[in-house]
Amino acid sequence: MLEILIHIAVLLLIPPLLPGVIAKTKAWFAGRSGPPLLQPYYDIAKCLRRGWVCSKTTTWIFWAGPVVALSTTLLAGLMVPLGRASAPIAFTGDLVLFAYLFGLARFFTTSAALDTGSAFEGMGAVREVTLACFSEPALFFALMVLAKISGTLSLTPMLHAPATAFSVGIAAPLTLILIGLFIVLLAETCRIPVDDPNTHLELTMIHEAMVLDHSGPLFGLILYAAAMKMLVLGMVVLHVLVPFLPGRELWRGPLFLTLLLALAVGIGVVESVMARLKMRHVPYLLVGAMLSCGFGFILLIR
Amino acid sequence: MFLILILLAIIVAAASGLPGFVLRRPKRGGEGIAVAGMLCAACAGLAGAVGALLGHGVETLALKWPAVGGGSVGLDALSAFFLVPVFLVGGLGPVYGLGYWPHRRHPANGRRLRFFWGVLVAGMALLVIARHALTFLLGWEMMALSAFFLVATEDHRSASRQAGWIYLISTHCCTLALLALFAVWRQATGSFDMVPAALHTFGPGTASLCVGLVLVGFGVKAGMMPLHFWLPGAHANAPSHVSAIMSGVVIKMGIYGMVRWCALLPEAPVAWGELVLLLGALSSVLGVLFAIGQHDLKRLLAYHSVENIGIILMGFGLALLGRALHRPEWVVLGLGACLLHVWNHSLFKSLLFLCAGAVAHAAGTRQMDRLGGLARRMPWTAVAFLVGAVAICGLPPLNGFVSEWLLYIGLLKGVTGAAGGAFAALVGVPVLAMTGALALACFVKVMGTVFLGEPRTLRAAQAHEVSRCERLPMAVLVSGCVFIGVCPSLAVPALNAAVSCWLQGSDLAVTSVAQAVPLGVIPLIALLLFVCAAGIVWRLRLWKEAAALRDRLTWDCGYARPDARMQYTASSFARTLVSLFSGVLKPIEHRPQVEGLFPMPTHTHSHVDEAVLDRVLVPAARKVEAAFIWLHRFQRGLTQHYVLYVLLMLLMLLCTLCPFRHWVAVWLKQ
Repeated sequence: MLEILIHIAVLLLIPPLLPGVIAKTKAWFAGRSGPPLLQPYYDIAKCLRRGWVCSKTTTWIFWAGPVVALSTTLLAGLMVPLGRASAPIAFTGDLVLFAYLFGLARFFTTSAALDTGSAFEGMGAVREVTLACFSEPALFFALMVLAKISGTLSLTPMLHAPATAFSVGIAAPLTLILIGLFIVLLAETCRIPVDDPNTHLELTMIHEAMVLDHSGPLFGLILYAAAMKMLVLGMVVLHVLVPFLPGRELWRGPLFLTLLLALAVGIGVVESVMARLKMRHVPYLLVGAMLSCGFGFILLIR
Repeated sequence: MFLILILLAIIVAAASGLPGFVLRRPKRGGEGIAVAGMLCAACAGLAGAVGALLGHGVETLALKWPAVGGGSVGLDALSAFFLVPVFLVGGLGPVYGLGYWPHRRHPANGRRLRFFWGVLVAGMALLVIARHALTFLLGWEMMALSAFFLVATEDHRSASRQAGWIYLISTHCCTLALLALFAVWRQATGSFDMVPAALHTFGPGTASLCVGLVLVGFGVKAGMMPLHFWLPGAHANAPSHVSAIMSGVVIKMGIYGMVRWCALLPEAPVAWGELVLLLGALSSVLGVLFAIGQHDLKRLLAYHSVENIGIILMGFGLALLGRALHRPEWVVLGLGACLLHVWNHSLFKSLLFLCAGAVAHAAGTRQMDRLGGLARRMPWTAVAFLVGAVAICGLPPLNGFVSEWLLYIGLLKGVTGAAGGAFAALVGVPVLAMTGALALACFVKVMGTVFLGEPRTLRAAQAHEVSRCERLPMAVLVSGCVFIGVCPSLAVPALNAAVSCWLQGSDLAVTSVAQAVPLGVIPLIALLLFVCAAGIVWRLRLWKEAAALRDRLTWDCGYARPDARMQYTASSFARTLVSLFSGVLKPIEHRPQVEGLFPMPTHTHSHVDEAVLDRVLVPAARKVEAAFIWLHRFQRGLTQHYVLYVLLMLLMLLCTLCPFRHWVAVWLKQ
């Protein structure tokens, strides 16, 4: 019971810290002092207190988008184990539900974007659904590798298996899916080199372009859901990364959280040293991720 | 008992449209009689089917049909499983037709439509319960021919006529393959009875020939990828409730044929399971890719039928593999996914076609780029379409997810289990994932351009909600989607009965679908999702703000006067994906040259043609036509010429009677 409560508390409280850490890292690289570490919390709290503007073009889909995005991400987060503990929701086949919950969120957020009838938001929606066509197979290839290693179809044992059943034979496939999953993480959470959340030009954005018309509490929900998605996918990536770290049996609860923040620093470093790819090159990057994960699977079953 | 109910339903269905078709007397063209008849037939049929599914009994009844040496019909769980969608959609369609195709607007072809609708439903039910190859063929042809008349209902439009002819040719190709199959069957087993063949009745060559004929004959009807060419045109040009039953039920008869005949044939080798799996994977990815390139709403939905048939075939391929490799778990999950997806697809695809019909009815066009903003004008239809779209993308918590989930787990069991199953997972899982993401892209495009945003034409701006008759069938189908999606456990007994019926001939142990997959958690997940969403909405009081002030424009980055034509269109939405996959889709773009400082107004358009029909069959047919152009000399259209040909032919035949050999012998002797 306590484990479940801790899991829910982490899932609800930690997410906005990650964008804060990323922003701080980028500021450090640029030689600025940057916004406070807790700035995303302030932003979300401010957004939730405000009223919102609603175009006369829109329907109920417009506000259903952020709501569905947050609820599905929350539910998906309950299926990923935190460190060595088992996840609150675990059953055979939950990996498919995990992936498809993000699909449901995508359906509603992109529909909400199109609901405004704005060309910019249409553009963002197109990019979002197009890139997902490549990141989804990559994610499933990676999950197949984990299923093969663990011999089960439930996320908790699957994600624990790399650390508990680590051997030289699975090191190479794990490395390949780690690369693939990290690219998927960057793409799904809209970071550089796929998307630049801080650009000044709406034409070049994906996620931010989709939410141009959302304001107030709706925008707060969107920020919160995006941060939570980063936390959830980050936890998946970490479980694959942990076996390569010294003392892989030691990464339990609090240490796992520090590792999560380290991952955010890593994302910040990637953002600082790289430029955003041209939009037409992004699919190639994701196809690369898909191939990396696919080769990982073939290497494992050879 | 249940079989009698089904037979009764068949007779009532076949007779329901007859008074309106034959007699000139009945008021409103016998509309009321037809609808009442079909509803009675549907109730009787559904009662019989559900009873047979739950009762596990097997009934047969021999018919006296001396011309072919007897015929017989029977009812088992597999037949009953396929009877459910036949009678459900068969009963809902005429109700929809009351609003969509009323007698007062279509006095002539409405009578014909209602008559052939009844015959179509009766034919499908007859073929499903047939236990004799010729009875099967009778039902098959009743279905195929009445579907032709239904597709060509609007025979004053050349597009409908053309679609009808292409359908008729392709359905006769099916029949040809089936005749060959039945001939081989008769040769090998000695009778036309559809009973499982003994293990050594067939040599390996004959068995492979049979499976090949099954795949071709039923594959054309099901719309499997290289053989799907008739499907988009036929589904797009038929009246919408006809498209609904064609796409939701008629093509499933192809699946029924495959499932039934593969159960009768002795165990197929592994290669056939792999082939079916590969064909399914091909159909699903290419089907959804071609769907993305379409501008016509109903054509797009038709290509999604190809995609879903692909998913169904992947399940069936897994079941065949499992039977060949003796893996009962694969059979249960693969066939379970296949059969459940048959039900699910008949629910959500019929729903989507009915919604598309409502849109076409209200806005006067099926071209998505001329629609927009219909969610504010047709709120009921928009919600129904949304449910159908989420379900067809396989997203939780609706029914599409459940069947895709079964298939995923079945494919992944090959990875986690003993060695030898990686092939199915390697082909199936990524393909299924990509298909899901592409389907999502496609349906976001449809939702966005048809129902959301601003109307792009005046006609779309003046659209109105459709009548109650049209909304009622949609509501029934929506509740079906939600019901199976939220409580899939309730469909398990039916699935188990059908799967064990399929496995009767073999020695595999049958396990329950519920044993392999924890279906019981789905209602809890759905509840949690609902509670989360409702909690957020309630906490932030979102509906209040949404209902308040509504005089703001879309921000659009500060543009002061956004225009409906500035929105993303269906074509521009699909452009990125179409260009990424241009190697397969081969989109054709017509771009004008823009020259000078003040160019004249011009326009550009692009389209994705049918791959097999427009790129292979039509050019090949033209070549054949060119090669035989000299035959035209003999075909002048003059009756005298034809009489002359008949006479010449008769003379030639008479000549064969002449004792030439005798004459030659006599002559040689002299």
